[in-house]
Amino acid sequence: MEDFEPKIIAFLCKWCTYAGADLAGVSRLKFSPNAVPIKVMCSGRVDPSFILDAFAKGADGVLVGGCHPGDCHYAQGNYKTLRRVKLLKMLLKDMGLEEERLRLEWISASEGNKFREVVNDMVVKIKEIGPSPLKMEE
Amino acid sequence: MSKANIAFYWAASCGGCEIAVLDINEKILDVIEKANILMWPVAMDTKYEDLKKMKDKSIDVCFFNGAIRTSENEELAKILRKKSKLLVAFGSCAHEGCIPALANLFNKKLIFDRAYQETETTVNSENTLPLPSFEVKEGEIHIPEFYDTVKTLDQVVDVDYYIPGCPPTPNIVEEAFNKFLAGDLPPKGAVLAPVKALCDECPRKKKDKMIETIYRVYEKEADPEKCFLDQGIICMGPATRSGCGHQCIKGNMPCTGCFGKTPEVTDQGAKMISALASVLAVENELTLDEKKVEELVSKIKDPVGTFYRYSLASSFIKRKVIK
Repeated sequence: MEDFEPKIIAFLCKWCTYAGADLAGVSRLKFSPNAVPIKVMCSGRVDPSFILDAFAKGADGVLVGGCHPGDCHYAQGNYKTLRRVKLLKMLLKDMGLEEERLRLEWISASEGNKFREVVNDMVVKIKEIGPSPLKMEE
Repeated sequence: MSKANIAFYWAASCGGCEIAVLDINEKILDVIEKANILMWPVAMDTKYEDLKKMKDKSIDVCFFNGAIRTSENEELAKILRKKSKLLVAFGSCAHEGCIPALANLFNKKLIFDRAYQETETTVNSENTLPLPSFEVKEGEIHIPEFYDTVKTLDQVVDVDYYIPGCPPTPNIVEEAFNKFLAGDLPPKGAVLAPVKALCDECPRKKKDKMIETIYRVYEKEADPEKCFLDQGIICMGPATRSGCGHQCIKGNMPCTGCFGKTPEVTDQGAKMISALASVLAVENELTLDEKKVEELVSKIKDPVGTFYRYSLASSFIKRKVIK
């Protein structure tokens, strides 16, 4: 599995994390290209079925990025995301998927470097645990 | 007018769907007046050989209940598909996997270990396990193969219509029979039940949802007038199709989701997680840190059994990953 490159689906909120990812790009920060960004209006827009669908279709990891608590453009969307992700993590654990595969991070528009670190870290951790077992079943 | 030919079959199921057919009571006589029953294992002795000899498409409508657990279930699903003009997934097992599909949290080996060795009442010192084929002096004998994963009917053959429920309620069954006998049918692939969520027909008083904490059913005596969710008891109503006549709700028990997802939804459990997370402790969400949220959601002791009691086989993930 040395040449395994994890595929990470990243649902990023338009107002904070996507802008943070943009900042990482325009600042020419170098980081792992494994995350496929999907822009959403709010991390609260990320329905649990998007995340489960991503895993079912073979994603090795899913990153949900939203604004820091208190900073949500829609006031409280990210609080709902937090509860959703916690419930989903419980579910994924029961379904035999490693917890590291789903990650929720608060990354603001000015935190390009944090975005880089989160993606790099996620790639390292998922490389350790290997490809998604759901992908291998196919 | 010539009579329609219908058939019933059971795969991995409890037998409740057979009783559901009879729950329409004397109306079964109207059905028999308009239709010949060619096969019905619970009531008639039809041999598989006779079924195989039938011409293709000679059954007008086949009502297939039960999930696909063994190679026999799958083989019969394929034969009945060939012999039937319309194949109907009857009941939650054929529709979404239902209770048999909760076995997808295990695999064949774990299930056999438990059933044939570990159960407290089992004595099996010779470690006898079911084998698909076995040599005896008369020759080789066979039993169906037991699969690792339970599937829904439409995961092995093409299905024309679905009748939901565990089991389907008499009103739903009667309406479906009338539709088939009259030839008055919706587009292929339809679920023959209303499209709205159960909350829509629920008579309980609802307020703006704010759940402070979660109770299991035995932990709290529910007020029969008020919405279960408002009382902190998980009710699958928001993520479940209506049409059952809210019988459980009338019995002061929350919905567990047997009518399955509403149309446009792919995964019933995901929708319930979404709905629940949105209202859980919403009144003081600003002060909840991660730890408190974890504490709160950990009150759900069995996430899969709560959110996917009837729909695990048809969910996105479908089964537990067992290494």
